[in-house]
Formats: sequence, C-alpha cells, structure tokens
Amino acid sequence: MSCSCNSTSDKDLYVPEPATVLKSEPMTELERFLEFKLASGRELGHMPGQFVELSLPAYGEAPFSISSSPTKNGSFEMVVRQVGNVTSGIHRLQAGEKVGIRGPYGTSFPVEDGLRGQDIMFVCGGIGLVPVRSAIHYVLDNRDDYGDVKILFGCKSPAERLFTDELAAWEERDDVEVLQTVDKGDESWSGNVGVITTLLPKVHVNASNTAAIVCGPPVMYKFVIWDLYEMGLTADGIYVSLERRMKCGLGKCGHCQVNNIYVCQDGPVFNLGEIEEVREAIQ
Amino acid sequence: MGIRKLSTASLHAWVDRIIAGNRVIGIQAKDDKFAFAPLSAAGDLRLDHDVAYTPPKAFFQPAIETLVRYRGIEHESVVDDDPFVLFGVHPYDMVALNQMAEIWSRDNYDPHYMSRWEQATVVACDVQNVSENCFAGCMGTAHVKEGFDILLTKVGDSYLADYRTEKGEKLADLMEQSRDATDGDLRARREVWHANNRLLRRHELQMFPNNLPELLEKSYDHPVWEEMAERCFSCGSCNLCCPTCYCFDVQDDVEWDLQSGERKRAWDGCMLASFAGVAGGHNFRGDRADRYRHRYYRKGKYVPEMIGECACVGCGRCISACVANIANPVTVYNRLLEDE
Repeated sequence: MSCSCNSTSDKDLYVPEPATVLKSEPMTELERFLEFKLASGRELGHMPGQFVELSLPAYGEAPFSISSSPTKNGSFEMVVRQVGNVTSGIHRLQAGEKVGIRGPYGTSFPVEDGLRGQDIMFVCGGIGLVPVRSAIHYVLDNRDDYGDVKILFGCKSPAERLFTDELAAWEERDDVEVLQTVDKGDESWSGNVGVITTLLPKVHVNASNTAAIVCGPPVMYKFVIWDLYEMGLTADGIYVSLERRMKCGLGKCGHCQVNNIYVCQDGPVFNLGEIEEVREAIQ
Repeated sequence: MGIRKLSTASLHAWVDRIIAGNRVIGIQAKDDKFAFAPLSAAGDLRLDHDVAYTPPKAFFQPAIETLVRYRGIEHESVVDDDPFVLFGVHPYDMVALNQMAEIWSRDNYDPHYMSRWEQATVVACDVQNVSENCFAGCMGTAHVKEGFDILLTKVGDSYLADYRTEKGEKLADLMEQSRDATDGDLRARREVWHANNRLLRRHELQMFPNNLPELLEKSYDHPVWEEMAERCFSCGSCNLCCPTCYCFDVQDDVEWDLQSGERKRAWDGCMLASFAGVAGGHNFRGDRADRYRHRYYRKGKYVPEMIGECACVGCGRCISACVANIANPVTVYNRLLEDE
C-alpha cells in the first residue's frame, strides 16, 4: 500500500513548484530562449552559475543553467539546446504554459564577494555563455565594484552565436572589452577565425589581480587553462563550471559524480584550485 | 529491552503469531538459492540461509519506485508508509542497511527511503551457513551491534532473541514460551560471534578496511584497473546485487492522456556504459577501466570519506554474480597492497 502525502513531516525535495513561461523564442537552429516566473510570485533566489531541474509534464525532468542575473527581478531565463526528449518538449513551449521547477541547486561564481575589486575575464565556448551570462550581467549591473572586464566568446560557426544583440551592446561599452571568434567562418563573418584559445594572446591581463571564469565544452578546459597559466594566472584565480549528468540535483543518484565530488552539490562552479588534483574533473 | 531464549519450535510459533498481525518479508528458499519474499508461514522461514540472492535494500529502495505523481503541473509526493517486518537479515546486510539510512538521511533527507526505514521492524539473524564467497569476517561485519530491532542467534538447538527497540519489544511481546537468557547463553552467543568472525572468510583481505582510503589514494594509475576491466562486460551485475549500491536513474512514466504520469526512480549502475553520459553524446566515464576503478573507489574511498565506514560489507554477492570473474574486491585490494 502506498499513500499519497502532500504534507509529510519532511519536505519531499523531488516535488517541483509551478512556474509560468513568460517568453519562448528561437535563438539559433538548436537553441531556444525561455523566460519563466514562479507561480507563487517569489523570486527564484539563485546566484550566477546555479542550475534548476525543469519538469515538463509527459516529457520528464532535466537540469538547466540559469542564464539571467539575480539582479533582474521578477523572472529568470534559460537557454535550452534541443538534444533529446525533454529538450524537444521544452522547445514546443509557448508563453502562458506551465512547467515545474526544483532548485536552484549547486555552487555559484563568487561575484558577490570573492571577486569584488578584481579584473574579471569571462572565457566562454558555445553554450558555455549561457550560465556565464548570469555572472556577466551581475558584474555589469554592479560595474563599479569590479576592475577591468573582458568577455571572450568562441563558437563553432557564426550561425551558432548566442545573445548576439547583447554581445554587440557589450562591445559598444567603453568599460568592457569583448573579443569573439568562430572556429569556421562564412561570408557573414568578418571577425576572428580560430578556436577560443587564439583570442587569449590578444588580451593583456594584470595576472595577479585577474579572475578568469571559464565555461564551455569539455574539450575546451584543458587548453584554455594551459594558456591562462602561461599568462600568469594561478589556479586560485580560475573558476570553471563543469557539465555532468545532474539527474537528481541532491547529491544522491551518482550520475554527476567526479571521484568523490558530487557536481550537483559541490559544483557545478569550482575554483580550479579545488579540483585541479581531482582526476576526471578536467579532461 | 532484553534477551530471551526460545526453542526452535517456540520460535516458529512466535513467527506465526507475528505473521498473523503484520506484513512480514522473510528469507525463504527459492529454487536452489534464498530470497526475501512475503512470508505466509513460519515453516517457510530459512534462518539457515547462506546469503539472500537480492540484498534487503530492495525493500527500502525498490528496483523501481514512484517518487512523484502528477497531473499537468500539479505534483504530489508519493511516500510508502506501510509498516512491515523484515525477518532474517544477516549482519553484513544489516551493516549495509545502517549505512544506507545514514546516506539517505544526511544532507538532502529522502522521505521515500526514510519512510520505509522508519516503518520497518528489522529482525537480524547471525549466520548459520557461510555462502561460497562471503568475506564479512575481514570487513568487520560478521557480527552487528546496532540498527536491528531484534537480533536472533542460534545457540545449540535454541535461539536467543536480543530485542533493543520499542518496535522489537512489540514483537518480543508475542513470544509465549521463552525465558530470559542466562550468562551461559550469552557466553555461547559470544562463541558463535567469534566463530563467525573466523568462518566468514572465504577470501582474506590482507589489511584493515580502514586503511583502504589511504591505499587507494596512491593507486589511481595502477595497471590492475585496465587489466581487470579488459574482461568487463559492463553488465552492471556487481552494482545491482550490491547491498550498498544506491545510484539511480529517474524517468517519467506517462499516461495515455500525455498529461498525467509518475516520476520513478530505478536502480542504475556506475559500471553501465552510459552512466556518466550527458546530452549531446559526451561520456565522462566512457572507458571501462575508468568505470571499473570508480566502483572500487566508491566502496573503498569515496563513501568511507563521506560516512566513515567502508562501503564494502563483504557479502560476496558481486563475486558470485560476475560472469567474467573480475569482481572480487579482495583480489583487487590485495593486489594494490602487494604492489604498494
């Protein structure tokens, strides 16, 4: 016999809370931009780099980074790449429809305290820009609290570039340095061509006062980190967000485990110094 | 709280009285093996079993269970709170259940597992016949000191029933023909424990399990991982039969209306090829050797660092279940020690 209980003495962390889709629009061939509001009206209360588990009735549940900054009130944003069952369902969502949200979960980029006063360099590959955008907005909304800000963004092709309007607006600003590249250009692209590491020699950093925030596909980390070391940064000044299969978000199911670390709870954001010696972390 | 002595016949009469008023899951013969299953008569109970084919975790974390039921966006928690008596749990499995209760309750408390744990009355029993691959003696789990509601030990032709908790006392109240254990009975019970500590050693670990984390700290690049994994079929049998493997997958079971359904979790295993795969096709543990090593590190290092106890309890099920004959933790850990 099993009973259904809405009010067990201990809260069931698997029960999501409802949220409404405010906006759903295509960004690229594979990525869709979505804006949500919790039905209860409360703020999500996340920090840049954290993620939520999103449930879609009849499809299932999957983890997604939050792309908006907590400095934006009233709603939160995600970018979802269509790669499987749940994400295909999410791509069909229209404004007004409802989803379930659990979270926010995990660690965040320490923009709130640890990084104040420092120069910050964001290094993003492809959809790595999605979670980092939350930190970028946070820093730009508190611009006076930080030193130089650099945004390095690389993509496979011009068509896969995300947040192109925002990138253009950041480029316009005097207080932000933006460098972009694509692995393979086309007739629409007149900028840099080459992988993201080809941008690093173009920037000058005050290594002792610079924090690098790195997020991209698994293959990118090792090479970017090598080059950051070459530039004089140390592990303590480098923050990475690791992708893993965060199925439960609660540090139990085991899928996101990297050695003894549960990425869903101990990460996804790590100071490189914490995980540099952890085998399997950076591949 | 107390320790009673009862004859085998009285024990059977007692068990039948328990069955009359409770849902009882008891250890029974199944073909040429033993399994926990609903018990309808004391005569079917096999306290002389060597090992339960499926570990008792299955009654707390079922192979598949519903976590949440939903209709559209309305989700409700599904918690199983039906009391039951689990009868005939060997000490090493009791140690495993104690570890699981610690893991499911710490940090993010899991009401699904913990409700069953709280509803269960667990009757443990000391081992009477040693299974072909048990090595609990060298893991310190041949005898168990806590976690059970009642511990049964066969002493001569009789049983001692050591009841420790309110739930245990409630069952003990149903005993009709029993008497308090004497000092002599308790001495005889200690002898059983000492003997089991010697006998439950079909394989001999050459170190104390407490030293495993330190040994593994130095063994990440040892050739044994590649050598063993070369014969691994990635079938996950060693995960599924393990009393301390609790990793799971979460999937939705959707109704015809495509609006309502159940979110379920099911046993999963870190030895299965796709376990650490992510959307888009990347697999963070795509090599068999990486998966193989991960399992031995979880048992000997990662979980011990979390809860302070070795997560291998020495039941030997993985050794029996492995068709490639590569799943003996004692072989692996001794090899690392030899080459240290």
